[in-house]
Amino acid sequence: MDTKIQLKNRLTTAFSDSKKPLLNIYFTAGYPALNDTLPVLRALQNSGVDMVEIGMPFSDPLADGPVIQRSSEIALENGMTIKGLFQQIKEMRKEIHIPVLLMGYINPVLRYGVEKFCEDAAAVGVDGVIIPDLPVREYIEDYEEIFQKNNLSNIFLVTPHTSPERLKLIDEHATGFIYAVSTDSTTGNTKDIRQQEAYFSKLKASGLKNPLMIGFNVRDKESFCFATDYANGAIIGSAFVKAITGSKNLEKDIDVFIKGIR
Amino acid sequence: MNFTVDKNGFYGSFGGAYIPEMLFPNVEELKEKYLNIMHEESFIEEYNNLLKDYVGRPTPLYFAKRLSEHFKANIYLKREDLCHTGAHKINNTLGQILLAKRLGKRRIIAETGAGQHGVATATVCALLGFDCIVYMGEIDMERQKPNVERMKMLGAKVVPATSGSKTLKDATNEAIRDWINNPADTHYIIGSVVGPHPYPDMVARFQAIISKEIRAQLKEKTGSENPDYVIACVGGGSNAAGAFYHYLNEAKVKLVAVEAAGMGIDSGYSAATTFLGKPGVLHGSKTLLMQTEDGQIVEAHSISAGLDYPGIGPIHSHLFETGRAEFLAITDKEAFKSAVLLSKLEGIIPALESSHAIASLAKLNLKPSDTVVVNLSGRGDKDLMTYITRKEEFLKD
Repeated sequence: MDTKIQLKNRLTTAFSDSKKPLLNIYFTAGYPALNDTLPVLRALQNSGVDMVEIGMPFSDPLADGPVIQRSSEIALENGMTIKGLFQQIKEMRKEIHIPVLLMGYINPVLRYGVEKFCEDAAAVGVDGVIIPDLPVREYIEDYEEIFQKNNLSNIFLVTPHTSPERLKLIDEHATGFIYAVSTDSTTGNTKDIRQQEAYFSKLKASGLKNPLMIGFNVRDKESFCFATDYANGAIIGSAFVKAITGSKNLEKDIDVFIKGIR
Repeated sequence: MNFTVDKNGFYGSFGGAYIPEMLFPNVEELKEKYLNIMHEESFIEEYNNLLKDYVGRPTPLYFAKRLSEHFKANIYLKREDLCHTGAHKINNTLGQILLAKRLGKRRIIAETGAGQHGVATATVCALLGFDCIVYMGEIDMERQKPNVERMKMLGAKVVPATSGSKTLKDATNEAIRDWINNPADTHYIIGSVVGPHPYPDMVARFQAIISKEIRAQLKEKTGSENPDYVIACVGGGSNAAGAFYHYLNEAKVKLVAVEAAGMGIDSGYSAATTFLGKPGVLHGSKTLLMQTEDGQIVEAHSISAGLDYPGIGPIHSHLFETGRAEFLAITDKEAFKSAVLLSKLEGIIPALESSHAIASLAKLNLKPSDTVVVNLSGRGDKDLMTYITRKEEFLKD
């Protein structure tokens, strides 16, 4: 019996509206400088990105590689907080129309209060959340209701080692899309995703109800095109963060990077 | 009150397995198999034989006569410092390597703070011929140099953790990252009762040999298997979990967990988690953590690298919350002075970790009739440089 409420937000409609593969870009809030969050978001939208994932920096981001970890450290040194992030994007919906997700680790969200976090995220126009260290069981038992009440999608990760039964459970409770981690790795690894053809084909053929986005180790036009043969879109994180590190002209550098992908 | 783990890995409201999906298959495999393997007859036999002939168990329960006179109580020291490699850590690494062998793994990773767990892991890897990679904070590598050299001599690769505070917390992050990147052939030997379920329970079970022996030895020496107090230091809390294990449901036995207050609980340089922490999630489990208002983990400080961790195991958070254990905090200075005291009174140079437990004797209202067991978790050879270089500073008044 499917008792789940079907969410409808910018994220869920993005997939039904789009004919081409979707490009999702990750960047860390408050990086390179504290007040860059909204300018980066704006530049990404202007360059034609379909959705963005704003990273909420955490002191111990154990699923991330060195590039995103360093950007988180700098963002924290810059004074970034969840509260500060909500302040920065309070008015974003006046100009940002693409779906916006928040990505981060569970501890700062717990400290903020999960219910308040969901309410405040929804209030500023966030469409979904990715918390890699919040497993599906804990989500279902403790938080699913809160997410649904606030019309927030919760995005789960799957990997080459996720069993078919577990994939089914995740598909049942995910809303928005399923985030397929391309290889066994932390973010920003240099593993070649072209070796994952069998895994991607299996995922594509598994009849998921949710759209599929491939992430981790997608870094350029070639890997983006390869990944999106098997999914509704792909996610670029570390390569983008690297591209804006030390940027003198964010708008221009972001545009060049995005135009290089498609 | 129940102090053992439930099926989802919780001790009351603490514990669980808050892990990214990338680790789910490894942790699930372990969860499914660890108890069965630990109960296999061949496992028990191999483990017990090695504990006896390789580790040197049972370790003595020593009646410390002069220390008893000093504190005016009957004080016994459980001599885990006499284990091969110099600390209780090997009880767990030996168990886990035998388990890893049965899981078909070939490559071992570990994190270490003071280096005792790293040395114990490198040792059992050498014993069974496994590849061994130990992550260690850059700062800890500097202050625990002899242990770094020991690990290398045993054939392990020691990888510096250069992020964050460059100590145990960051070494743990790096080990978890390695595991995410190498899920198939690698077993992660966690050194304390921390991490996702089933680690806290598994490590506690391997360390429970300590309280099992205390009971038998105390019965032989005093006629009763129950002391009035069992005292142990707590960083993550593996030696305390082991010393408390068979006493958890003996309500009359007072359990005392001793944390590192560092330069003082309110000094900003402390590792006293129960005094300063709030519930949160780090390294895969929900537990008490030292953190900012924004949920960022704060750097812990202790003169002892083994206690320099911003959290405690979920079992200890539960013991704290339920009041089953009393938590005390001991400063760097108090620990240092107690190390000197024990050396002079008993001819035993303790690890700085264990000297926190010794120092707590002065804080308890001991009666002359009280029987007290202090778990002497490790020996002080590794801390000799600290004892030499900081003597002036800590012993001046």
